[in-house]
Amino acid sequence: MSETSIPKTSIKIADLIEETFSAVSSNKTRSGLTMLGIVIGIASVIAMVAIGTGAQSSIEARISSLGANLLTIQPGAPRTFGSTVNAGRGNAQTLTKADASSLSSLSGVKAVSPESTNREQVISSTSNTNTSVIGAVSAYPEVHNMTIAQGLWFTDSQVSGFAKVVVIGPTVQGDLFSGMATSTVIGQSITVNGLPFTIVGITASKGGSGFGNTDNNVYIPLSTAQQFLTGSIYVGSISIEATSQSVMTSVTDEITAALLARHKITDPTKADFNIINQADIASTASSVTGTFTALLAAVAGISLVVGGIGIMNMMLTTVTERTREIGLRKAIGAQRSDITLQFLAEAIVLTVLGGVIGIMLGWGVSWGVTRFFSITTQVSVNSILLAFGVSAGIGILFGYYPAVRASKLNPIEALRYE
Amino acid sequence: MIECKDIKKEYTTGEEKTMVLKGLSFVINDGEYVAIMGPSGSGKSTLMHILGALDTPTSGTYLLDGKDVSKLNDHELADIRKDKIGFVFQAFNLLPRASVIRNVALPLVYAGVPKHEREEIAKKALIQAGFDEARFNHLSNQLSGGQMQRVAIARALVNNPSLLLADEPTGNLDTKTGEIVLETFEKLNKQGHTVILITHEEDVARHARRIIHIKDGEILKDEKIK
Repeated sequence: MSETSIPKTSIKIADLIEETFSAVSSNKTRSGLTMLGIVIGIASVIAMVAIGTGAQSSIEARISSLGANLLTIQPGAPRTFGSTVNAGRGNAQTLTKADASSLSSLSGVKAVSPESTNREQVISSTSNTNTSVIGAVSAYPEVHNMTIAQGLWFTDSQVSGFAKVVVIGPTVQGDLFSGMATSTVIGQSITVNGLPFTIVGITASKGGSGFGNTDNNVYIPLSTAQQFLTGSIYVGSISIEATSQSVMTSVTDEITAALLARHKITDPTKADFNIINQADIASTASSVTGTFTALLAAVAGISLVVGGIGIMNMMLTTVTERTREIGLRKAIGAQRSDITLQFLAEAIVLTVLGGVIGIMLGWGVSWGVTRFFSITTQVSVNSILLAFGVSAGIGILFGYYPAVRASKLNPIEALRYE
Repeated sequence: MIECKDIKKEYTTGEEKTMVLKGLSFVINDGEYVAIMGPSGSGKSTLMHILGALDTPTSGTYLLDGKDVSKLNDHELADIRKDKIGFVFQAFNLLPRASVIRNVALPLVYAGVPKHEREEIAKKALIQAGFDEARFNHLSNQLSGGQMQRVAIARALVNNPSLLLADEPTGNLDTKTGEIVLETFEKLNKQGHTVILITHEEDVARHARRIIHIKDGEILKDEKIK
């Protein structure tokens, strides 16, 4: 008779499961401690990935709150004629209101907002502060995802009529009118650079901090700002809202072509402006947090591997301890593959059970982090599926060697083992 | 029926070759009660391993119920053990922390007997082995030595084997309990089971109806007992 290469088993699946559970439950303390390694490994992977993903999505949300599908055109770096020394980008004055209005007819452009920024002293009857004064047009709130909490944003006629009206951010409101009811702030007068302005609106708080904080701004019509603050026809930047995320690249190309033509520049490398895509910033930020997530997951993954080695160690001990049992099983007719299957199943049960507990623990830890440390976390289905697959895989990987060792035991020697 | 023809077994340790069995030939018919007796180192354990299909001889043929077992591979040997052989060991080798019924039914798991039939078959085997019915659901570690050995005998019987092989079955028992276990074998033999007893004790061997004396790998004497 020829050797068969297909492993022959005689045990039924239902019996295998029964044998496995009785073996795992016969030494509960040790099974529990072995599982603990996997539990901690899986839980830390789940929790770390949840924290990383949470950070990523909160950063993305914050960036998109600055404006959806936002393109920002900044003036290029000025270069003194005949010199090769470049000043910083954005310092030249090359963009005008006329540039902005010419762009509004391009396809894919939803709204255009030329803007200027000046740092000015702003004074109310009771207090004063130094803040950014933004010269804006009526499209500004739409482009920058901004809502008005009280009052109104200025109209087109106010913008074209050099009106001395102002919309203030909630931080400025607090600085200048602390203790005064919001409704009575509307209509109050403040001076900007010595000129009196009437408050017509207050923006809703967007939160955020550092450079991204728009709550600390003051907005006046662009025409007024050009007339009284900057004294020039140039604007600081032009923000453009594209109709959708998918047209961002083509809109960028169109704007480049249109502005190059208007500025009579033939060589695109000598463009006197540059275009910043909000999506690029967002993707950079999310790739940074993605790297962090991967780092956290890798560290957690190491503990998972350690847990797996714990399983292997325990299984090897079990095989040694149960040498006589293995001998007996072989003597009463168990095939080699029956023994392999039995010990492999024990390892898999330990890891999968540990994995399930680990997933629940990781979920709990993520919830706790959000609840007690106010850090956004996001448990993803992917990370759960991955963790489950990994734990089962570890069971097979680290359980295989002990199982094969058990199956290779010579029944005569195994029965004699003391 | 067992037919052994010129069974030789040789072990090699390093350079040195040791001939443990030096060409044994004998026949054991169905329904016999045979003791294989010899001092330690005589080769009786090696012979038992070959008869029990745990090992194969270096040369010679061993026919069990007409089937040549001496040239089978591991898979086929496991099948022979499963279907034709019932082992009783000196150290009982019961599963710890498992019930009496589960221990006895264990061979049925590998024989593919459906779960609901196993308990009935196991109970019958236990009654045959003279085990007290009140203790069927006890755990194996709650039993005395004599009780454990009866569970082991029931386990050996459960597959209705052609051959019961007992390796020093009284070695771990006191004389009185040993007697009871040996009586059980006698009773089973009277019911038609073929029993082979491996022992080094003359007193134990005397319970059989035939003694094959082995020394230094050779049959010294094949003795019938009245």
